[in-house]
Amino acid sequence: MEENKNKSLIDKVWNFFASITLAVVIFALIGGTSIVGTILEQNAEPEKNVKLLIKMFGIGHETAHSLLGVLDKLGFTDMYHSWWFIALLLLFAANLIICSLDRLPRIWKLVKEPIKPLTDEQFKNIGKKELVLKGKPEKLKEAVGTAVKNAGFKFIEAREANGYQFYSEKGNYTRLGVYITHLSILLILAGAIIGITFGFKGFLNLPEGRTYSVAFAPSGFLSKEEEAEMEAIIEKLQTTEGNAQEAARQFGVDEKALKAKMKRYGIWPLGFSIRCDNFLVDFYKGSNMPKEYRSWLTVIQGGKEVVKKSIVVNDPLTYAGVTFYQSSFGMVPNAHGEFIMKITPKSGAPETRQMHRDDKFIIPGTDLQGTLKDFSPALSFDANNRPFTFAEQMNNPAVFLEFSEKGKTKYSGWIMKRYPQTWALPDGHTVEFADYWGVEYTGLQVRKDPGVWVVYLGCIVMAVGLYITFFMSHKKIWVKLLEEKSNTRIIVALTANKNRPALETKADKMIALLSKSDGGGKQ
Amino acid sequence: MNSSTLFGISTMAYILAMIIYITYLAFKNSQVGIAATIVTIAGFVSQTLAIVIRWTESYAQWIMFNPESSFILSVLRSAPLRNLFESLIFFIWCLILGYLIIEFKYKNRSFGAFVTPIAGLALAFIDLSGMSKEIEPLVPALQSNWLLVHVMMSFIAYATFALSFSTGLMYLILKTEKRGESSYIFWTVTSGIFLAVLIMMGIDFVKVKIPMYSQKKVVERAAKEYYVRYGKMPDHVIELKNLLNENVDLQNFDITRSGKVDISLKSYLFKATLLSKSIAGSVLSWLASLGLIFAVWRYGHVLKRMIGSLAISSEMLDEITYKSIAIGFPIFTLGGLIFGAIWADQAWGVYWSWDPKETWSLITWFVYAFFLHSRLLRGWRGKKVAIVAVMGFIAVIFTYLGVNLLLSGLHAYGSLE
Ligand code: HEM
Repeated sequence: MEENKNKSLIDKVWNFFASITLAVVIFALIGGTSIVGTILEQNAEPEKNVKLLIKMFGIGHETAHSLLGVLDKLGFTDMYHSWWFIALLLLFAANLIICSLDRLPRIWKLVKEPIKPLTDEQFKNIGKKELVLKGKPEKLKEAVGTAVKNAGFKFIEAREANGYQFYSEKGNYTRLGVYITHLSILLILAGAIIGITFGFKGFLNLPEGRTYSVAFAPSGFLSKEEEAEMEAIIEKLQTTEGNAQEAARQFGVDEKALKAKMKRYGIWPLGFSIRCDNFLVDFYKGSNMPKEYRSWLTVIQGGKEVVKKSIVVNDPLTYAGVTFYQSSFGMVPNAHGEFIMKITPKSGAPETRQMHRDDKFIIPGTDLQGTLKDFSPALSFDANNRPFTFAEQMNNPAVFLEFSEKGKTKYSGWIMKRYPQTWALPDGHTVEFADYWGVEYTGLQVRKDPGVWVVYLGCIVMAVGLYITFFMSHKKIWVKLLEEKSNTRIIVALTANKNRPALETKADKMIALLSKSDGGGKQ
Repeated sequence: MNSSTLFGISTMAYILAMIIYITYLAFKNSQVGIAATIVTIAGFVSQTLAIVIRWTESYAQWIMFNPESSFILSVLRSAPLRNLFESLIFFIWCLILGYLIIEFKYKNRSFGAFVTPIAGLALAFIDLSGMSKEIEPLVPALQSNWLLVHVMMSFIAYATFALSFSTGLMYLILKTEKRGESSYIFWTVTSGIFLAVLIMMGIDFVKVKIPMYSQKKVVERAAKEYYVRYGKMPDHVIELKNLLNENVDLQNFDITRSGKVDISLKSYLFKATLLSKSIAGSVLSWLASLGLIFAVWRYGHVLKRMIGSLAISSEMLDEITYKSIAIGFPIFTLGGLIFGAIWADQAWGVYWSWDPKETWSLITWFVYAFFLHSRLLRGWRGKKVAIVAVMGFIAVIFTYLGVNLLLSGLHAYGSLE
């Protein structure tokens, strides 16, 4: 008794997980809750979502705040990482596994069970096509066999009381297509879990000319002291190309403690160093539309330059399993870079000069002296032609040059990097503003994901599984040759678990072929 | 002939075809039916030509900016699937092609009255929303071979989903009897909302957007002056402030990165109607919308009578609904989700980041997975399954348009100031 009861409980649980009703409910739940996640901005500053709620429901600021508080408690402000969403995904996986296991034996039987000739009784209850040809079955056998073969079936032949039966099946394994599809979903989930557990996803804002041995994935805000400690740890790691063990040894600190601190601050050692040699934004001519963001990177391992590559969006750099993606850029605060100016006298060869603000330079072969007076990262002019800077980023970098001859100011003006027409001086010399180097950083997304190949494998398996599921079928065909006086009745019966009309078309073709080939008439 | 003339011809042809198909539905005159098919084919041919010509136009632009790029790469990168406008055009093209295939295969024209309106709605939407029709150079994120396969396969799938939407809706119309029935309420309210939204957009267009054209001219003039003066285009319309003599609310305008001035959608969408500043206007439009939905609900049986008298069986509709989804689902999975993920992985280093667009694609995918599995449930054949098919396409519309227009609108509002 006791045992029986236990079993029925297990059965109940099993049946619960094996039901398609649960699957459909989970589809609805994942879909429904995800909608909320697309409306509320995820991981955003609270004030943004408060504004959103005010706009959506027309409620007051206070109410919106408390509503957001409730939503936050329920995990909706970071819902794809909330415990209940992950639980939903796990439930989904369990459902999928158990449902498939539950049905697999039955399907497996259908796959493995060899096709048998049909009894007369069975022939009655199945879709079929008939035709009568002149001649005895023995004479027609060959032609029927060829026709079945031409339709793509390898057949078995059986002698029967008053004739023959040919039967054949194809694509019995295609019944497993659904299971392949379901397996692929598990593979993708597994790949995602491997990635989250063993991988790293972070960023590195790498200034031009700088070398780093770590990447970052900070969580939460740091106090001033913590920030200082973080800087110190990064400093240590820099000297050992990110090797924490070596850094601990060199500086005589506890390795475990160092690693714990690294985890706390989201410092991730690369195991090598990476340097940004240059970063440039290229614009489509005559517009503010960016054409290309490009970073020139160098990987350094053991003090040696091992790889040099320039990356753009859609073309990252991978080294030792770590991939660097071009994802953003920006200005380094309070940085002092070098202005790279290319000076071409009216008659003479071009000369490249590096300079700083207030530096003076002479146009070669003249008395003309220039002074770099001012710089704007994003120069524009207002209605009264007064210059102003409209953005922090280097949208339209420009330098203000003042020229004098023998101590007397001659002329001055703005030279813009992006607009060659501003490079010409009144005297026919050109001064090109080539770059302001060392003040921009390239924003790199840094990733190591050992699970990505499992995810891709899952994707391939899914494509194969879906193809089998929707575009292939398990087909069976039986052809009976029945002697009727000096004629033969040919009966073609067929089944398919999918797309029966296609098989019927095939059978029609077969019959048309037969009726022609033997000159017999359809009756 | 240039591509926009040809697009114009195809637009007229499709709208004409829609009218003829509906006439055919009402009068069942076979000559009218033939005329509808001929007009549709004419529209399709002219649209095909238009797409080819647009491709050559954008090819010319690509090689102008990238003279060093190889022939094959240039052809791929200039394929006309690069923005909202081009992808909608491709969607309509696939939809009409799919429809013509079904019409010839099933030798039945009555679907036409349900498919051509989707094409008509999409075309109306293109103009009402005022989306950019310019051929613009590709921003860095879009310079990938995945763009082509991803967008192309997604839209082929969307077209098959649109077909299943039409047949699913027809199935519901045909199979529902009573006004109290939930399936009946579902299809009438859904159709009513579609109709109401489209009419509102039409009113907004006429009452708000058209009057703004003169202001747009003023802003364009200011932009031109800015260019002449500073040798560059402004990054933001606000920069034009000092160049304007007239009082123009610059908030209503966007300036594209290639320097074209547009009236921003937010400035007129539903502004004359549902979101009107005048209380009376807004109340009136809400009431009118509800009235319209009520009318569709009240007189839905007229439509049922129209289809009911045609030689069209509910089994056939059910079959086409399933088959379209059976073709669309694998294509969407591979092209929409998998290729999208691979591309995101290559461009940003994350194959899945739960952003609204990705998430909505996933929601759509789940609705269709729901559809495929619900057929396996006892007692779920027929109407309930058709409702899921209809909801699937609503999710598609939201994935494609809602996320861009509504969610980004909401979020952009949140970040204003
Ligand atoms: C999003 C995830 C899923 C996808 C993409 C998926 C895909 C599919 C597809 C394409 C089919 C074939 C349907 C048809 O032929 O019309 C199918 C059938 C089926 N699925 Fe799923 N499935 C998913 C999740 C699940 C889950 C969680 C369960 C758990 C109960 C499940 C149980 C089944 C069953 C029992 C069948 C029918 C198998 C048969 O006909 O022998 N599926 N699935």
